[in-house]
Amino acid sequence: MWRDAVLVGGKDLRIEARSRVAANQIVPFAVLVLILFAFALDADRGVLTRAAAGLFWVAVLFSAVLAVQRAQAVESSVGTGDALRLSGLDPAGIFLGKAGAVAVQLLVLEVVLGAGVVLLYDVEPAGYPTLAATAVAATLGVAAAGTLYGALAAGSRVSETLLPLLLLPAVAPVLIAATRASEAALGTSALPVAAGDWLALLGVLAVVYVAFGVVAFGPLMEEQ
Amino acid sequence: MDDVVHLRSIVCLLGRFPALSGVDLSVTRGETVLVAGANGAGKTTLLRALAGLVPVVEGEAVVLGCDLRRDRRSLRRRIGLLGHGTALYDDLSVADNLRFWARAARRPLTSVDAAMTRLGLAGRLAAVPAGRLSAGQRRRTCLAALVVRSPELWLLDEPHAGLDAAGRDVLDELVREVVAGGATVVLASHELDRATALATRAVTLAGGRISPEVGPGPGAGATDSGPARPEEEPVHVA
Repeated sequence: MWRDAVLVGGKDLRIEARSRVAANQIVPFAVLVLILFAFALDADRGVLTRAAAGLFWVAVLFSAVLAVQRAQAVESSVGTGDALRLSGLDPAGIFLGKAGAVAVQLLVLEVVLGAGVVLLYDVEPAGYPTLAATAVAATLGVAAAGTLYGALAAGSRVSETLLPLLLLPAVAPVLIAATRASEAALGTSALPVAAGDWLALLGVLAVVYVAFGVVAFGPLMEEQ
Repeated sequence: MDDVVHLRSIVCLLGRFPALSGVDLSVTRGETVLVAGANGAGKTTLLRALAGLVPVVEGEAVVLGCDLRRDRRSLRRRIGLLGHGTALYDDLSVADNLRFWARAARRPLTSVDAAMTRLGLAGRLAAVPAGRLSAGQRRRTCLAALVVRSPELWLLDEPHAGLDAAGRDVLDELVREVVAGGATVVLASHELDRATALATRAVTLAGGRISPEVGPGPGAGATDSGPARPEEEPVHVA
């Protein structure tokens, strides 16, 4: 399974490195979302600073939808999906590889967006270990859920519009937990919050989504 | 009995439509069987069913010793399907595509160079992204991927489509070579001249069922006429 995951993840990352879709489209889109939030809330920079964590994670989720759609599109065109099924690769390995590749792209995106939040939202960076742990756990959850729902939506003729409808509600708990943990790290929360509790929840969500994906991805591939 | 394919009265649904409705077919090891038929007759569905990509909902279906109704996954590594799609990643080069499929099939990477040379893809073409290839070059790359995987059962859906004359010759040679090496080939084609020359036996699919045998092709050579197949009931027109 792990060998197959590395093979598929490496292939997806190589495709992204060659096509530069993530670098040329997804990252600019995410930065644009941050800028639009800044325009919308510019009248009071205090609001932007206080809401920075939530806005950051909303931008990450919107970008994750694009990244997952791209990862699915690679497999659904010109028979590559069939070839992947016929390859004999372990479906769990395919899932882990695809989710891992999406996670790597999202982590890179989060570094760029983090810099954008500091510059645009006047946020003082703090609590790096908590922020890093939050980013890793939340990204794993979003990438796993996205890959799973991406495979589910891929069987539909309207997969592009169906995916956000399926994915965004499913990752709402990740959004809430990641926002609270980030606020705790940055000290921007209006209420006293313990980052540890939210981090634990993020960890549980990541484990649940990854485990569910490992089990369910095979049957979902068969339905495509 | 050395049947690679053993189908009895199989039914396959596409949605609620029975694309195959009672197909009987037996293919023994080393045969090259041509499946002829009009558009929509069910040729592609039959090949996809043999590959385990389409579920068999009724009947008896055993391919390479695996019961397709119980387990469609375990035989897939032993099957190669050349379908209508190219199954190539457009942003990866020809060589990268073939290396990926070689690793996926647990085949040595040395087989990639040999396959590229065999299909005329070595040299400059090896580094070209698959998305920039012509239709014929993409088809050659797909064939190279099959060569790399070296399956026991080759399922070829319109294999000559998109290939130039030289490419068609290479394909025909390749099919004869793999059959001589012990593989079995089932191909669906509208190009009956070339396909019949390759085939040791031909069957016709019509309305989701196998109709009486067209007859052995010149490729039959010294082989026997193949296993007996149940024939379709005659249709009485009022």
